[in-house]
Amino acid sequence: MISARGLRKEFGDFTAVDGIDLDVPAGQAFGFLGPIGAGKSSSMRMIAAVSPVSGGELRVLGMDPATHGPQIRARLGVCPQDDTLDVELNVRDNLLVYGRYFGLPRGEVRDRADELLEFVQLTDKAKARVDDLSGGMKRRLTIARSLINRPDLLLLDEPTTGLDPQARHVLWDRLFRLKAQGVTLVLTTHYMDEAEQLCDRLVVMDKGRIVADGSPLDLIRTHSTREVTELRFGVSVDGGHAALADQVADLADRVEVLPDRLLLYSAQGEETLAKVHERGLQPAAVLVRRSTLEDVFLHLPGRSLVD
Amino acid sequence: MSSTDTANPTRTPSPAAAPTAPSTRELVARQVDYWWRVYLRTWHGTLASSFLMPLLYVVAIGVLLGGYIDSDPDQLAGAPSYLAFVVPGMIAGQVMTVGVSETSWPVMSGIKWQKVYVGQIATPLTVPSIVLAQLAFVAFRLLVAVAVFLLVLAPFGVLATWWGALLAVPVLILVGLAFAAVCFGFTAGLDSDTTLTVIYRVAILPMFLFSGAFFPVSQLPAVLEWLAKATPLWHGVSLTRMLTTDTLAGGQALVHLVYLGALAAFGTWWAVRRLTAKLVV
Repeated sequence: MISARGLRKEFGDFTAVDGIDLDVPAGQAFGFLGPIGAGKSSSMRMIAAVSPVSGGELRVLGMDPATHGPQIRARLGVCPQDDTLDVELNVRDNLLVYGRYFGLPRGEVRDRADELLEFVQLTDKAKARVDDLSGGMKRRLTIARSLINRPDLLLLDEPTTGLDPQARHVLWDRLFRLKAQGVTLVLTTHYMDEAEQLCDRLVVMDKGRIVADGSPLDLIRTHSTREVTELRFGVSVDGGHAALADQVADLADRVEVLPDRLLLYSAQGEETLAKVHERGLQPAAVLVRRSTLEDVFLHLPGRSLVD
Repeated sequence: MSSTDTANPTRTPSPAAAPTAPSTRELVARQVDYWWRVYLRTWHGTLASSFLMPLLYVVAIGVLLGGYIDSDPDQLAGAPSYLAFVVPGMIAGQVMTVGVSETSWPVMSGIKWQKVYVGQIATPLTVPSIVLAQLAFVAFRLLVAVAVFLLVLAPFGVLATWWGALLAVPVLILVGLAFAAVCFGFTAGLDSDTTLTVIYRVAILPMFLFSGAFFPVSQLPAVLEWLAKATPLWHGVSLTRMLTTDTLAGGQALVHLVYLGALAAFGTWWAVRRLTAKLVV
């Protein structure tokens, strides 16, 4: 669906995307993960055929965005970071006018709009003005709108940023269903739980480059240990958490020092914790958990992610 | 999902195999539903303003103020009365206002606030098709405004001939479009709307007052007369006045038409260029 070689995007002197290679096969849920400003959105905009490529090669659905923009966009669904809905039109009309942009006959657009309102659970809001919808509902409407042309490839830029937890879960559920239907998803996110939930494959971007690539599980296996022991000490400790790190450095494969806690990486978190207690250390709070993508980031060069 | 994609993911079809891009005309046609809904949402407001405003102006300035003005038709560009003189000026001023109002804040909103253009550009629509569709909508708005204005004025007996009034319709649409296109181009390059307020004050309002709508520009000092005659509104007012007062002069009319046509064409080109620079980055 997407293939890129040495893809670059420059804005004047600033390099937003610095030579990335990508291959996204049909049916995959592919994620761009990374801090804000890492080049995710710039990459997405080039794939969406609305941003000219500065260098390298890009093919989307087998076509070159520079010469076949309208043909590529005809088969894409795009859910931008800002909703870009017409807030003065009602919910259903937003879908109807959008479907017409793809040259679909009016009757087909009407049927499709009703189907999609059902799918995103907005049927009872069909006549409501977009202005009156909650943030989560607007997002769902934007997703419905991006599906009006039955796209082969759905691009979602930060789909759940700014939504409350409940709204995020509703949205994730809808995206799961699309994935199950075989729609190829490409999404950007700076939420690690979102990437873990939705993506078959991830690339982690930092400063315009890809710094890691694999399935969420692969990334965790490669870049972290099975379990993590989190230790939090009181604020009164001399030298803060950094000073304590030396005392436990030999108890784990790796120790990360965060401003508010120590993370001890090992295969067996409880065993590590027991050894910490044997040393006579009394952390104010402890947590033993599985490694997540967040731990991968702490280990990757893209440290700016945790800032 | 096409099965060939999954069967052979490395397949790279030659560009020749890709479907041809829809024509700009087809893409403009696809936006009719959108603009029709925008019109349905706004027509009552715009109709009131295109009916009431001109009527108030005509009564206050044309009839009541004009009653004090007793002038020789030679000094009024051949118009038999001040009312007949001022009406084409006001209608031309009105189409300027409509044209500019449809492509100032609405364009800003499409780029910056509601970002309707950002949503549109993610579809097969292209920037030229988006600009042309919006200008087509403005033309329709102008048609309705001009038709209402002329119907309101017909009973005042200021339209010398029916064919002149009829010909004035496309001419006034052209005047409005020339302003709309240039304003579109101007707004598309702005970063904030504060400049728009300034433009209304330093360009649109003075043009309305001094471009021959209310008095012949020959009343102005020579330098200002030249300046007034360079404005698009003066060309629009003169041409409209020729048609409503039956004083059409072929050569002069052609100059007006070419000026307005060229301005509309330049504005359209500029709008496409500046909107592309904003959206396709």
